[in-house]
Amino acid sequence: MGLKGRDVIGIRDLAREEIEEILRSSRRMIPYADGSKSGSQLDGKLVTLAFFEPSTRTRLSFETAVQRLGGRCITIADPSASSMRKGESLHDTIRMLSSYGDAIVLRHPNEGAARLAAAASDKPVINAGDGAGQHPTQTLLDLATMQEAFGTLTGLKVVLLGDLKFGRTVHSLAHALAVFGAELVLSSPTGLGLPEDVRSSLDQLGAKVSEEEQLHRVVRDADVLYVTRIQRERFADPLEYQKVAGSYRIDRAVLASAKSRLIVMHPLPRTGEVAPEVDTTPHAAYFRQAFLGVPVRMALLSLILTGKAA
Amino acid sequence: MRELKITPIKNGTVIDHIGNGLALEVLRIIGIDALDKDSTVSVALHVRSQKLGWKDIVKVENMELSPRKVNAIALIAPTATISIIRDFKVQEKRAVDLPSHILGVLRCPNPNCITNQAEPVESEFDVVRRRPVQLRCSYCDRLVDDFLAALARTGS
Repeated sequence: MGLKGRDVIGIRDLAREEIEEILRSSRRMIPYADGSKSGSQLDGKLVTLAFFEPSTRTRLSFETAVQRLGGRCITIADPSASSMRKGESLHDTIRMLSSYGDAIVLRHPNEGAARLAAAASDKPVINAGDGAGQHPTQTLLDLATMQEAFGTLTGLKVVLLGDLKFGRTVHSLAHALAVFGAELVLSSPTGLGLPEDVRSSLDQLGAKVSEEEQLHRVVRDADVLYVTRIQRERFADPLEYQKVAGSYRIDRAVLASAKSRLIVMHPLPRTGEVAPEVDTTPHAAYFRQAFLGVPVRMALLSLILTGKAA
Repeated sequence: MRELKITPIKNGTVIDHIGNGLALEVLRIIGIDALDKDSTVSVALHVRSQKLGWKDIVKVENMELSPRKVNAIALIAPTATISIIRDFKVQEKRAVDLPSHILGVLRCPNPNCITNQAEPVESEFDVVRRRPVQLRCSYCDRLVDDFLAALARTGS
């Protein structure tokens, strides 16, 4: 074990104990993330942020994490200006970048890009999302949000709501929650359910999984309502999209029967799945969730680059 | 043994016990273009078999198969046996054996997979299930069941 020098391509690369170590460490990083303490854990470290696809939130939270811990970044934020525009392969670009900085954070439009980058680089590679593929730091911050709210992940009743078919980050989250012994309730429109192979891997982990299409039936005894985007382009008929999207919209009326401690999560940006009126209820956890991306990424970078937890 | 309706070969490879109707796919894997132009290729379709009921057979003169091609054949014809013939004698006979990791033989069916871009990498798959065979792309995690569609012309 030990995360120093490791690549993090998918959540499955991390053992349960390693995820726990990252979550513990990220709790200790919170004062550094909110600016109440100044950090020097990454002093002298140079992190390459190679973003070949637009992503403001993820890139800025990595940048914040590095700089608040005293490290520095070099950044490719605009792929159109990079050498890949001139036809250079990702392999060669990464090979070159790995000789500059101490670690590479990669976002790329093609699935499997992070795995290729890890093979090309002799420095650790952290996957910050590859196409519709893995996005392990999103899963880690999702877990951190639930753990902060409830103190544990085991036994939590988590409703995964919306498009469970195409959202690979939801698949990673479902896997991680199953590893930690959470109970999963899958609630998705017809045709957007969890793929069979993901479902069967949850069964293999011995996870308690149930399905319920009707939103009002799942809210009552849930601890976490994890809402995902339902993408317009998945529907041939715009009216059908409107109907489905409307039936999965979370507002105060839907939450009326919820437990007082229920939290509503969303990876953001939202496009109407969670009504703005929810923001002022104690259930809203999505902005906290977005903030926790910073301490989680601090913890991961610190463990990978220095081997130290906080 | 039943007499086969194909003449013996002096040197080469016999791929027997190919599932009924799959001989042409096996030929596609072998790559007819790559063969010695003076060699004979014999194909027997729909041959009686005690083991399988019906089977196909392919015989190729003056050629031995690379391990990669054997892996590809194992994917679509897991019942096949491969005999190496030297001077009319069976020098070596073995069943095809699917390894747990497959390099290069198939193309990932996910068009957005990094292995389908202009990158200097070979495709890679892990065997996640053997009966029936199912593979998972080591890069993008896509599951593959339809090998006929995914067979890549690797030229190896």
